[in-house]
Amino acid sequence: MELTGADIFVRCLADEGVEYLFGYPGGAVLHIYDALYQQDKFKHVLVRHEQAATHAADGYARSTGKPGVVLVTSGPGATNAVTGIATAYMDSIPLVVFTGQVPTPLIGNDAFQEVDSVGITRPCVKHNFLVKDVNDLAITIKKAFYVATTGRPGPVVVDIPKDVTAQKASYHYPKRVSMRSYNPVTKGHPRQIKKAIDLMLAAKRPMLYTGGGVILSNASRPLTELTRVLGYPITNTLMGLGAYPATDKQCLGMLGMHGTYEANMGMHNCDVLIAIGARFDDRVTGNVEKFCPTAKIIHIDIDPASISKNVKVDVPIVGPVDQVLREMLKVLKESKQKPDTTALKAWWKQIEEWRAMDCLKYDHDSDLIKPQYVLERLYEVTGGKAYVTSDVGQHQMWAAQFYKFDKPNRWINSGGLGTMGFGFPAAMGVQFAHPQETVACVTGEGSIQMCIQEMSTCRQYGLPIKIINLNNGCLGMVRQWQEFFYQGRYAMSYMESLPDFVKLAESYGHVGMQITRPEDVESALKEAFAMKDRLVFMDFLTDQAENVYPMIPAGAGQNEMILV
Amino acid sequence: MRHIISILMENEAGALSRVAGLFSARGYNIESLTVAPTEDESLSRMTLVTWGTEEVVEQITKQLNKLIDVVKLMDMYEGPHIEREMMLIKLRAVNAGRQEIKRLADIFRGRVIDVTDTVYTIEVTGTSDKLDAFVKAITPTDIIEVVRSGVTGIARGEKSLRV
Repeated sequence: MELTGADIFVRCLADEGVEYLFGYPGGAVLHIYDALYQQDKFKHVLVRHEQAATHAADGYARSTGKPGVVLVTSGPGATNAVTGIATAYMDSIPLVVFTGQVPTPLIGNDAFQEVDSVGITRPCVKHNFLVKDVNDLAITIKKAFYVATTGRPGPVVVDIPKDVTAQKASYHYPKRVSMRSYNPVTKGHPRQIKKAIDLMLAAKRPMLYTGGGVILSNASRPLTELTRVLGYPITNTLMGLGAYPATDKQCLGMLGMHGTYEANMGMHNCDVLIAIGARFDDRVTGNVEKFCPTAKIIHIDIDPASISKNVKVDVPIVGPVDQVLREMLKVLKESKQKPDTTALKAWWKQIEEWRAMDCLKYDHDSDLIKPQYVLERLYEVTGGKAYVTSDVGQHQMWAAQFYKFDKPNRWINSGGLGTMGFGFPAAMGVQFAHPQETVACVTGEGSIQMCIQEMSTCRQYGLPIKIINLNNGCLGMVRQWQEFFYQGRYAMSYMESLPDFVKLAESYGHVGMQITRPEDVESALKEAFAMKDRLVFMDFLTDQAENVYPMIPAGAGQNEMILV
Repeated sequence: MRHIISILMENEAGALSRVAGLFSARGYNIESLTVAPTEDESLSRMTLVTWGTEEVVEQITKQLNKLIDVVKLMDMYEGPHIEREMMLIKLRAVNAGRQEIKRLADIFRGRVIDVTDTVYTIEVTGTSDKLDAFVKAITPTDIIEVVRSGVTGIARGEKSLRV
């Protein structure tokens, strides 16, 4: 029996095991929406802006490890989705984004709502497709999921012209697909692994530096085991938080521009650096000329292009982090050599001295609400078990510093692209994926307004997200840089006419709260999180002058931090 | 250093723009780029001349390999290879100059492929250096038009780039 392209689309997604499709209808996808209307295999979530659809799918993906799926219409539907696609691309998140397209005979004619979606998204996708023949639709969808989820994951766009969704073809969805031009590595080279182990065991001042690749590769368990067997200090990147329990004493917290003193000093002074699923981002390395001057570097990564891109490495291992770490554990168990405990003891002594600097300390006696305090209380009130999404700016750094993630996939933020407006829609995706779990969105009054329309979506689907709005009345990170590097000329970093967030939340049918005094922070959080079935918008009026410390200024080395 | 990178890629719409886009997005240099179908109609072969430090060229080959449409590639500079470029050059050829240009073309093993009373069009094939040398040997005011194909290359001996 022959099916229309629209029916094929729906069948493919059902056969792929898709649970949620985040989308927004429009002219070019009307056939598809008609087919969606007549099926019940998976749910469609109607967002209020296409950017939110991509972020929600992204949050779903980050919190589950499964691909997020999006459907938007042609033209503005596609362009609105681009920010979310680029966000996913920078953080290697598997998304499959379907964009409607004008009918094939009209392509190139400047038709209504036409845009070259394949061209526009090309630099920010892992791959993209334009389906010109309904007979290619199913196999292309299969390829899209395959490419998005294997190797180094990433977003894939499939552009489907309207006429293709009306044409008919027989349906066959392949179980597997292979592409001669795409063969991701499945195993790290045994000789390189052996070489890395030898170097690791010879270390006097070792350091593990792990990133988002550990989480994407679902390798938290072997990483934790390896770290404990070795007894080495470990630091996580912003994207890698939770891969190793933050409350464990071997964990030095986050590294980089706003990382801890002990993590950055450990990096700077180590003699063997073991980089795992991390990409030597400029926010981590600081000035690369001054980066880890005394270290031999081992780098495990699935993407050969990540190796020696920013920093030259000595022992590269290309392979899935999970497989390589398991193999390392095996080799380690068989090895007669053990870590140098004497050297390690001295190294830990040094690290503890750095840790004793207590670089995250802040004023506890202020009359104003300190944002750090809100996050500390948030951690306590949620028992450290919440899924926390964040937007971008000071609040993001404080959340990363103060919420101690013991498990992977719990910390959801836009690390690479730094997309303001990400946190709230991402939280929707997380809440859909984990309806019974607590989901908190840590944001600021700047970021939240970039996708605030999604309060309407939350109302429609009854998503009980808790919004922690750290409202300091200014774009805090911009303001901080202006204070430090522009002599306090606060150009456009203060917003006037902020809305009354409490009333705004209420107008969408949610609960709004405003908290102005430090002594009310904890009780407000408790009250809000006790409302299991309501979205609560908590507007915390925080100290405007508070800055994120420590900080590595641009161009400085990791050992040149500004402490409080 | 200069490198010649040969790429076998899926013969699909947009494949060329993926390569061109990669080079512009990452700020890599392109000196020349040629592309044409191969004997296997599902593949096209691109030859790209670029330059950069060893680190940059290593990144270029890695990033190219990462493109989903790229099936295989080879950096010709990794081994002995032959490179060729073709040039068509239209020259003002009058009076004694006609003989002179013909002689020069012979020296460079060029062929006159079109003639009028006042114009010779000459085809020259060789390495880019050789073509440069030919252009240099001509009096600049005699040059009416120059078109070069861009470099193509192939490895010497048994080594080959094929699927």
